[in-house]
Amino acid sequence: MEDTKSLLQIKGIRDGLLVSIDDAPWEQQRSALLTQVDSQPAFFQGARLALDVMTQVLKVDDLAELRDQLSERGIFLWAVISESPTTEKTAQLLGLATRISKPRPEEARQFSIADLGEETALLLNRTLRSGTRIEFPGHVVILGDVNPGAEIIAEGNIIIWGRLRGMVRAGSAGNVAAVICALDLSPTQLRIADEVATTLRPRIDPKPEMARINEHGKLQSENWSPDR
Amino acid sequence: MPAQVITLTSGKGGVGKTTATANLAVALAAEKSKVVCIDGDIGLRNLDVILGLENRIVYDLVDVIEGRCRLKQAMIRDKKLPDLYLIPAAQTRDKNAISASDMMRVVKDLRSDFDFVLIDSPAGIERGFRNAIAAADRVLVVTNPEVSAVRDADRVIGILESEEKGPAALILNRLNPALVKSKDMLSPEDVLDLLAVELIGIVPEDENVIIASNRGAPVAYDAKSRAGQAFRNIAKRLKGETVPFLDLEAQGSLWERIQRLTGRK
Ligand SMILES: Nc1ncnc2c1ncn2[C@@H]1O[C@H](COP(=O)(O)OP(=O)(O)OP(=O)(O)O)[C@@H](O)[C@H]1O
Ligand SMILES: [Mg+2]
Repeated sequence: MEDTKSLLQIKGIRDGLLVSIDDAPWEQQRSALLTQVDSQPAFFQGARLALDVMTQVLKVDDLAELRDQLSERGIFLWAVISESPTTEKTAQLLGLATRISKPRPEEARQFSIADLGEETALLLNRTLRSGTRIEFPGHVVILGDVNPGAEIIAEGNIIIWGRLRGMVRAGSAGNVAAVICALDLSPTQLRIADEVATTLRPRIDPKPEMARINEHGKLQSENWSPDR
Repeated sequence: MPAQVITLTSGKGGVGKTTATANLAVALAAEKSKVVCIDGDIGLRNLDVILGLENRIVYDLVDVIEGRCRLKQAMIRDKKLPDLYLIPAAQTRDKNAISASDMMRVVKDLRSDFDFVLIDSPAGIERGFRNAIAAADRVLVVTNPEVSAVRDADRVIGILESEEKGPAALILNRLNPALVKSKDMLSPEDVLDLLAVELIGIVPEDENVIIASNRGAPVAYDAKSRAGQAFRNIAKRLKGETVPFLDLEAQGSLWERIQRLTGRK
């Protein structure tokens, strides 16, 4: 079998993922994409995908079939970009976008965590709903709530500008100095390094709090104030 | 005017999607809207039973998609309401018989002839759910005031947000005001506080719902039932009317709070 991977380039863009496929017969392009998706299900799960098929001429059946196959894998195909007017028309018939805001070069740059060092933070400007799981090898900052059924695992600190009601684990690689802060600290379960706390009750009158491991090696929470 | 396509979904099973679909269909059609319901629960159809149309089924949705009949042949007209139609689900065929694109094609053909297309989704977040939301202009998430149902609703709302299906609206079904008052049931406030979406209706727990469904005449026909009234109110809201929430609890303090929460007076 040919090396299908070399047909594809995947980029993170503001609206999700942009997959560009080199010119090849459609069957080959399609199976290259599906093979790639099936080899990294966790990466693609829930993704919004824009597809650049170059000059490929596609009919409604071709694109509809691909959209269904992606949908079965939990991927939402929202745009198809092509140099072929036929393909563009097909995409429009199916209600797909045919233009994406082209990423500016610096936005499209791929960062690898290794390049940035351990002080990297992931900033998410939304509420994490049930079923969401965020795993990150640095700090995690959430501007929103963390609902029951959502989960965050970070090697660094976790800062939540909102209500924490899901499961969180900071210092997941063993860092006992990691902290977890939230405006309302009412998690289902909270862990720092290997210490587990399940007894934190919802407060009637929530205050910003910070959880950390104290000098006796126990998890505790205290008021989270800027003058610490 | 082209149809509004509305899908009812929930995540958790048994919370009242099919009941709500049937009742909204009846309430809308009784107010002179042209309505078609699609039973999207392939393999487990029961919308036809609740609407009392079971014995009239000849063709179903899968027959349409696989070309064994024309769309019109699978549309069953209601016994009482001439503007209400049902496209039933297949009883026995496997769930993979239809795809999101099939659903979009069928709905596209219905749009010009109806005011409302209501799609009843199966439970879960798998293929059947994805098919049911694929063609929707608007999604109503049905939940019960129970921790597990609310958590699944939250998950579904997250998926709808990531697919840009527009803001979902919530139907809170089977609320028991006495249990809320004794703090043995989540209050509408608790549920909205977590889900942070628009509330389009609260339907009380009402045994008439079950009695009516078993008779094949949804409770929305019953002028005296509180659940029937709640469904009729949701139907009005879908048409863009402003309808105050039912004062289910005589004192009303809870309901004032809800109305404040949802910005309705
Ligand atoms: N407001 C209500 N009061 C009392 N009973 C209700 C109410 N709403 C629904 N029920 C009952 O709850 C049961 C489940 O309802 P229904 O079949 O509509 O749920 P569903 O979400 O469609 O289930 P499924 O996930 O299996 O498709 C039925 O027996 C129905 O009569
Ligand atoms: Mg049902």
